[in-house]
Amino acid sequence: MQKTVVLGVIGADCHAVGNKILERALSEAGFNVVNIGVMCSQEEFINATIETNADAILVSSLYGHGEIDCRGLREKCDEAGLKNILLYIGGNLVVGKQDWSDVEKRFKGMGFNRVYPPGTSPEIGIRDLKRDLGIED
Amino acid sequence: MDAALLIDFGSTYTKLTAVDLENEEILATAKDLTTVQTDIMIGFENAFEKLKEKINLNKVNFVEKLACSSAAGGLKMVAIGLVPELTAEAAKRAALGAGARILDVYSFELTNFEIEEIIDKKPDIILLAGGTDGGNKDCIIHNAKLIAKYIKNVPIVVAGNKNAQDEISDIFNKYNIYYKITENVMPKLNQINVEPARKVIREIFMEKIVEAKGMKRAEKFINGILMPTPAAVLKAAKILADGTDKEEGIGELIVVDIGGATTDVHSIASGEPSKAGVTLKGLPEPYAKRTVEGDLGMRVSAVSLLETAGIKRISKFIPNSKYDIEERCKFLQSNISFVPKNEEDLEFDESLGMVATEIVMERHVGTIECLYTPLGTIYSQVGKDLLNVKYLIGTGGVIVHSKNPKKILSTGKFNPAFPNYLKPVNPEILVDREYILSAMGLLAEKYPDKALRIIKKYIVRV
Repeated sequence: MQKTVVLGVIGADCHAVGNKILERALSEAGFNVVNIGVMCSQEEFINATIETNADAILVSSLYGHGEIDCRGLREKCDEAGLKNILLYIGGNLVVGKQDWSDVEKRFKGMGFNRVYPPGTSPEIGIRDLKRDLGIED
Repeated sequence: MDAALLIDFGSTYTKLTAVDLENEEILATAKDLTTVQTDIMIGFENAFEKLKEKINLNKVNFVEKLACSSAAGGLKMVAIGLVPELTAEAAKRAALGAGARILDVYSFELTNFEIEEIIDKKPDIILLAGGTDGGNKDCIIHNAKLIAKYIKNVPIVVAGNKNAQDEISDIFNKYNIYYKITENVMPKLNQINVEPARKVIREIFMEKIVEAKGMKRAEKFINGILMPTPAAVLKAAKILADGTDKEEGIGELIVVDIGGATTDVHSIASGEPSKAGVTLKGLPEPYAKRTVEGDLGMRVSAVSLLETAGIKRISKFIPNSKYDIEERCKFLQSNISFVPKNEEDLEFDESLGMVATEIVMERHVGTIECLYTPLGTIYSQVGKDLLNVKYLIGTGGVIVHSKNPKKILSTGKFNPAFPNYLKPVNPEILVDREYILSAMGLLAEKYPDKALRIIKKYIVRV
């Protein structure tokens, strides 16, 4: 059974290139990708996930405001009945030079299952996704 | 002479239009009160008598008798989807485009209370959607089960997740529910597909609803009641904009239809952003889009129009009226067949028409919003950008009878004081003087080229 993922760039962020690359990489890896594009609100991620019955939400944030944009996303998912849905995030999540382990800890504290630093190759995320969703390679 | 008789069984009037098919001319029009409570043919015969006074029946051979209807409350529908902004919205748009009156829209899993509510509202058809293809099917199946168990005798159109179709068929078959399955109104996220559902709704309208509304008798005399009246107007608008195989259309346009009970707007336009750097938000809208406002009308809805607009907004258009606005609206609401007798009556009706046009266009067109972000100012558009639409066409009693329809329709134009409403900036204003749009939508079913040429001939510049 093909797994469905919702992919998008959160907040007022309109960086579209990485979003297209991820869509391509995920599709080639066999996922059904529902790409909601750039400048998406938390509600748009959640609505798309409900309607398509997706298995994971993959959030990108490139402009440094990811922390503000993502606050409360896990709680809203719970509220919308998306219990234990996989939440991934990656990109330039914060501004300035901050210690990565600290950043990762903060986003995990917000309910993200996996958090990726800038420059992570799509393969790594895909490998983790397959593992988390129990897909055999 | 071969002619067509086109009949519109309206909520108030039964309107007849006789068309000379050879010379492509309107021979005559006539109307009388609709008599759906007793026998719909009485009103038809009355109108037909009036028509006979205008044309010589010995010379005219009606080879086609086609009808549309919005009598007995029109086609009343309930739309059901999953997420309010997604499949529920798509279902609503599909129903509107089929010419329906939307009684209510429901989303997520229905409750017993909502089922009771739906039963009380007495819909003619229920449109059941939910889930993209391959997406969520629990919700639509849950809703199908509840409907099957509690709602009898209402035809159901199923236009949801393809992967739930088999199970829904089993449920409905088991409970003997009359249903039809068609393509999903939203096969993929944010992609709307309203045409197949519209088609099926129309099929059920012809097969079931016409009879249920006591209009079967009319079908013996005519070739059939083909569609709800608003669907006929939408069809005429579409053919006028797009043309046919042989005949050119006039391009993107908007039709404002101001009725006694409702005011409809049809836009035939892509609605893409006309300015650079604008991001589109929300569900894409249909190219042929219809909206209907149940609170804006000249008679049945005169009081609700007043409540919506407020006294100030109406008096802006009629500052020196001798009438008390509140009293006058109440009077018009309780005298639905009232026809203006003097200048003052006419002026008051016109001012209501102006307010209705202004509000109805605000609700139909897209809006633009300015967002201040860390990346600078961003413009985001929801709905259709109709700034550059070339034609604004008016129809409905108040427009047809007014000496100055341009004044009424101009309130539907872009207003620099409220630049966020993407109304047409400088459209040419046209008027359906002979009130033929719905009739031509019917004629277009069989004679699209003729219908288009007649519309072009009779829709006039003002």
